[in-house]
Amino acid sequence: MGLRKELPVVAVVAAGGALGAAARYGAGLARPTPSGAFPWTILTVNVTGCLLLGVLMVLLTETTSAPHPLIRPFLGTGFCGGFTTFSTYGLDTQRLLSAGDPARGLLYLGGTLLAALAAVGAGVALARAVVRGRGRRA
Amino acid sequence: MNWLLVVVGAAVGAPLRHLTDRAVQARHDSVFPWGTFTVNVVGSFVLGLLTGVASAQAQLLLGTGLCGALTTYSTFSYETFRLYENGAKGYAALNVTGSLAAGLGAVWLGVETAAGLG
Repeated sequence: MGLRKELPVVAVVAAGGALGAAARYGAGLARPTPSGAFPWTILTVNVTGCLLLGVLMVLLTETTSAPHPLIRPFLGTGFCGGFTTFSTYGLDTQRLLSAGDPARGLLYLGGTLLAALAAVGAGVALARAVVRGRGRRA
Repeated sequence: MNWLLVVVGAAVGAPLRHLTDRAVQARHDSVFPWGTFTVNVVGSFVLGLLTGVASAQAQLLLGTGLCGALTTYSTFSYETFRLYENGAKGYAALNVTGSLAAGLGAVWLGVETAAGLG
């Protein structure tokens, strides 16, 4: 893999990641989580990003037409990857767990995980239904 | 200015995740997503360390931007889903338990290290 071929991929991952992170930061400004409160905003961001990635991956890998090679790095690796975050999830969980109410910490830990996996599954199923519906009409 | 800090941090963090994933996956034949696992654990440790940094600007640049974009929940979930769907249910369960345990452990280690240094 030469640098010439790799550079546009790295550039669109950076651009998509910057956009995704800005959207996450904006969500935090619009719906700030007070110190010690349940982190609903990051939970919503992570679950939404999972739903989007589920839809996107089906559209990019399970259709007959070949998508542009920079769409996946821009929207998938870049935007969805930059929008969602594992580190803040970990730190918020750690804060809830150490704040003397471990039940809320465990609820956040497990709730995000289950909702995120369900969102990926829902996105994949939704996109497959659309792709197959289109295939039948064609 | 705050938006710029987040954007600049993420414009470094996201490609760093992509390149780390590529480098790690190239060294493993396993279906286990070691690349995403690695960036999520490292990013969690660094974010824990940053709890020792008071500057709000540094938090936006390195925390919200860099660590936020270096780590990912969507790829972690998607890879887990695909492992499960492809019949590698043991690996899917291992990815979930391993990522959560190592991620939380890394955050804790970072927070404790920062507290020890401060």
